[in-house]
Amino acid sequence: MLLEKKWQAGFLWKYKSKMTKNDTLKIALVGNPNTGKTSLFNSLTGLRQQVGNYPGITVEKKQGSFHLENHQKVTVIDLPGTYSLNPSSIDESVTTEYLLNKEDKNFPQVAVIVAEAENLKRNLLLFTQVKDLGIPTILVINMADRMQLKGISINKENLEKQLDTKIIFTSTRNNTGISELKNCIQNFEKLAEKPLFSNDISTYKNWLSDTYKIGFVEVEDKQKQIAVKKEQHQETVKRYQFINSVLKGNFEKDKSKATDFDSRLDKILTHKVFGYIIFLVLLMLMFQAIFSWSGPFMDFIDENFALLAETVATFLPEGKINELISQGIIPGIGGIVIFVPQIAMLFLFISILEESGYMSRVVFLMDKIMRKFGLNGKSVVPLISGNACAIPAVMATRNIEDWKERLITILVTPFSVCSARLPVYTILISLIVPEQKIFGFINSQALALLGMYVFGIVLALLSSIILTKIIKAKSKSYFVIEMPSYKMPLLRNVFYTVFEKTKSFVIDAGKIILAVSVVLWFLASHGGETFDNAEKIVSSQLENENLPEAELTAKIASFQIENSYIGTMGKAIEPIIKPLGYDWKIGIAIITSFAAREVFVGTLATIYSVENADDEGTIKSRMQTATFTNGEKVFTTPTGISLLFFYAIAMQCGATVAIVKRETNSWKWALLQLFGLGIMAYLAALVAYQVLN
Amino acid sequence: MQTTINTLQKGQKAVILSFDDAIIPLKLIEMGCMEGNFVEVIQIAPLGDPIFLSVNDTNLAIRKEMASRIFVEIQK
Repeated sequence: MLLEKKWQAGFLWKYKSKMTKNDTLKIALVGNPNTGKTSLFNSLTGLRQQVGNYPGITVEKKQGSFHLENHQKVTVIDLPGTYSLNPSSIDESVTTEYLLNKEDKNFPQVAVIVAEAENLKRNLLLFTQVKDLGIPTILVINMADRMQLKGISINKENLEKQLDTKIIFTSTRNNTGISELKNCIQNFEKLAEKPLFSNDISTYKNWLSDTYKIGFVEVEDKQKQIAVKKEQHQETVKRYQFINSVLKGNFEKDKSKATDFDSRLDKILTHKVFGYIIFLVLLMLMFQAIFSWSGPFMDFIDENFALLAETVATFLPEGKINELISQGIIPGIGGIVIFVPQIAMLFLFISILEESGYMSRVVFLMDKIMRKFGLNGKSVVPLISGNACAIPAVMATRNIEDWKERLITILVTPFSVCSARLPVYTILISLIVPEQKIFGFINSQALALLGMYVFGIVLALLSSIILTKIIKAKSKSYFVIEMPSYKMPLLRNVFYTVFEKTKSFVIDAGKIILAVSVVLWFLASHGGETFDNAEKIVSSQLENENLPEAELTAKIASFQIENSYIGTMGKAIEPIIKPLGYDWKIGIAIITSFAAREVFVGTLATIYSVENADDEGTIKSRMQTATFTNGEKVFTTPTGISLLFFYAIAMQCGATVAIVKRETNSWKWALLQLFGLGIMAYLAALVAYQVLN
Repeated sequence: MQTTINTLQKGQKAVILSFDDAIIPLKLIEMGCMEGNFVEVIQIAPLGDPIFLSVNDTNLAIRKEMASRIFVEIQK
């Protein structure tokens, strides 16, 4: 899918036009991961937010706005979560760079540090660092509603004095403290700008600018690197000593209450048997939801698009415009909108797993197993979220510290069944697997789909084993992951994620599909001389057969499409794909789906609807009745399976190629992946078809 | 008794004594894994690795290999 890139470009444009306004107050949200920073961002801005990327790197950049009581407009930037200003990866460096660059037009007038009561000590490390940069700082202690439950008591007044700041307790769950925070932002000029731990601002700033890259950039001078690391260690330890002295007497935690619920839950969820069973059941549930629960919604959309095309065809005056809309645009868009229920369902599951804190437990459970395949426990997250889209999944490999394990994860992630494959699988499975209930409750088509997911996982793991043997890379094997406490997923956050992702899928994929379907429609309904004289040629050929009118029209239509521009192109590549069991129409669909896999369905929908303009069927019914020129059915079981294999393996996604290039910093791995998977896909499809047929 | 974190049993508590600066990543120190802090083993993964620890009120998991480089004194 090329979407993410386009999305990014669009965002940058919007973003630039925003920056020229100087009358808005700019604030930045800074905090550790898992502190509810994004929830606070959602509470403050609602749906007035834009998601984009930082220029040059692929870290998600979130920006939104809201108004204060005095009508002052505030722009909020949600900076990526980090544990400190000494970043250990390029992702975390975004926050440091942003806060160091006072000249930037977007430099915040206020930094809001989002901390969590349970981990206040650790959160304060980042707080003291930001404070030492001389930025007016507000300390938000989030999840205040859990303090009593966890046996935490905080002396707010004393702490405010010692930390030289304003403290605000919030609970994004109950929406408390938000208006107090807004009030505090309104009076930001009263906030202190003095350093807290360092003696003066410029010394700390200079030291930070000199040293912050050491954690993620290769340095020639190893001696210097070791010396700087030692300095960072000592500095961190000293800051903690300071924090401990500040917290003494002002922060109490009753240990007996603290870990009760979580540890009981962990006993089950990370249990050596039940842990895995629960994980498997959750995955099964996810696939059942994607396939069965979204079925009725999908049928509804499919039927209505067919109806819409029919209505438009009748009501618009006949001619080229009518054909373009009813045969090109509507079937093309319908081919994508139909998958909204499935994609929303998938993101729903993934965001619940992330929000609840369960995903970290999966990493913990799976690390040892994944290492046997040359992967990392953290590879589980890209491999699962790769089921939504490979682009964020490849980006999610960034928190894998070991380069070799990370590279292998990047290379095998495209085997995960991304949402763009779902349309292709869904339609092919519904054509070749009869719908039945197995044991009375398991949907046979859902089971077939699960099979495709398992196939993807098996391919990913097998490839990892092979790649581990081939790739020689230096390895700094270490693994640190925070195990956040369990939280009930916030409905609002889940909703925002599902809405945001589904919207970008529909709009960005929609744009590509719209363009592709218009071009396809043009190529399919225009042609050279033979095309223009189709009626004459066919009539004269069949002159003596005395065919009924309808049959003659059908013959003319199929003659026409074969001699259209697209037919000519398709015929040219037919010899290559014929051994896989495909006709030229499938060939065209495969070529166009290099823009994005899901275009496959839209392409076939457009071609068939140009061919049978008078028959208002759904996409599925058109594929079901499609025949080769010799009258044999196109979508037989061998062809269907061959296509499933091809789509399971081939790297048909320009955007993923681009992301892999960027993340591995070389064309070598991106191209190796593209051609390696392409050849594998062709061979697998060939073998499948030849054996089955 | 002095030992390293990887030898601790589930539920055992200890105080961190020392570790090799060159091997232990800064991130671990930032999460509170430093000299003088308490560490408790909360859970050991089904195949014996990684180890789920509570240090400095933070719950985190590290691999056995790294755990074997952090020296601790077991608390009775």
